[in-house]
Amino acid sequence: MRSQVHDQVLSIIAREAHREPADLRADMTLEELGLDSLGLVEVIFAIEEQFDISVPFNANDMAQAQFDISSVGAIVRAVERLMSGESPSAAVA
Amino acid sequence: MRRVVITGAGSINALAEGVGATKTALAAGRSGIGALQFPDVERLNVRIGAQIHGFAPQDRFDPGKLALYDAFTQYALVSGAEAMAQAGLENAPDPARWGCIIGTAGGGHGTANDAYRAVYAQGKTRVHPLTVPKLMANAAPAHLAIRFHLQGPGFAVSTACASSNHAIGLAFQMVRSGMVDGMLAGGAEAMLNFGGLKAWEGLRVMSPDGCRPFSADRNGMVQGEGAGVFVLETLDAALARGATPLAEITGFSMNCDASDIVMPDQDSAARAIAEALKDAGMAPEEVGYINAHGTATAANDRIETAAIRHVFGEAADHVAVSSTKSMHGHCIGATGAVELVACLMALQDGVIAPTINYGAPDPDCDLDVVPNEARRAQVGAVLSNAFAFGGFNAVLALRAI
Repeated sequence: MRSQVHDQVLSIIAREAHREPADLRADMTLEELGLDSLGLVEVIFAIEEQFDISVPFNANDMAQAQFDISSVGAIVRAVERLMSGESPSAAVA
Repeated sequence: MRRVVITGAGSINALAEGVGATKTALAAGRSGIGALQFPDVERLNVRIGAQIHGFAPQDRFDPGKLALYDAFTQYALVSGAEAMAQAGLENAPDPARWGCIIGTAGGGHGTANDAYRAVYAQGKTRVHPLTVPKLMANAAPAHLAIRFHLQGPGFAVSTACASSNHAIGLAFQMVRSGMVDGMLAGGAEAMLNFGGLKAWEGLRVMSPDGCRPFSADRNGMVQGEGAGVFVLETLDAALARGATPLAEITGFSMNCDASDIVMPDQDSAARAIAEALKDAGMAPEEVGYINAHGTATAANDRIETAAIRHVFGEAADHVAVSSTKSMHGHCIGATGAVELVACLMALQDGVIAPTINYGAPDPDCDLDVVPNEARRAQVGAVLSNAFAFGGFNAVLALRAI
């Protein structure tokens, strides 16, 4: 069953990408959705504001070791982990 | 066209106050980066920077005047005084023929931050009455002009991280063309405050733990602050009055990516480097040192490497390229001016400043980045790169004299 976090993250990404949440699939990349590096930091800002969390993302971290942004589904999972209080390093594994 | 030389240099930055002490620190590979100290720093995620400590402006300036001097103006005045003293000038020799251009991104950023804090956070109903003339970006060149009687062209130039190179390059063109006889030019920046850093934090390009340009383990930029100011005049005038030229500025180029607001563009960066060489009548093989923009972001260092390789061809394997931001931090609008000190050190003293904190090679940054230790070398010509947000690129070319 899809979580509320899932729906809210999708809604944020969809809004930034000027799409409908229903158009998004878990395997889509932000690039496919037309989001560039600045679109990404806006998504992260919106996530932080929505859930009152701090997202450990650094645009220079090429391995995305702290916060996986490789797909819509990955972002949802990363936010769910943060919400559950798991440490960023645990999210890597 | 007239030949343009630098006859005076001044700087203050996190490494040191004064060009001599800055050179010593650069040659020693010292780091000016440490824990930031200012109100509310504990509310930041990134808490390191290359901050100037122990400056004590109240001991430097007349109290009546200090009320008008934001930190960026103070840094510009201290650097300008050092440069003028080295040039052997008390004031502009011919005020109407001398001017001043200072690059800055934030201008009186600290003054704005303090005023906002007063009205928004502290609930005050008024701010200091001199807030506007203190925070305006042209306050630094204005006070330099007042101090040294520079009645020719004067303005501030704001192209983010390329501001200083634009200021110095434009001043160079003005002297070369005969529009003026001399200029004070450089940059000044003082954005290390809670509001300034909080804004940068949001962009997700800052490193939480250090500046490691060109290194495989780099993870972003580290903010710095400070100023660099230089006296530019014609070679003939300098020699006629018995001044000692420190180096000759021989070329300048500037252009715009006209694409992404933050992502650098390899083609325009390469074009800027090539045009600076062309303006200077310089072959890549002549260049012994490039002071890189080298911000230690993933994108800049990779793209700058590719741009240098594109222009230099095989000569790219024989040119020393270092990013001194690893030591003095990214001084934003002042960075090109502080980095010009490293260029002067290469040309005058035959010492190439290192890229410190270099840990592991990145195949996408496969230049001779002078890792961790300074190097002795005979350097006849140098380039200084600046590639700014907004896509504005500015490259200076200098020769030993």
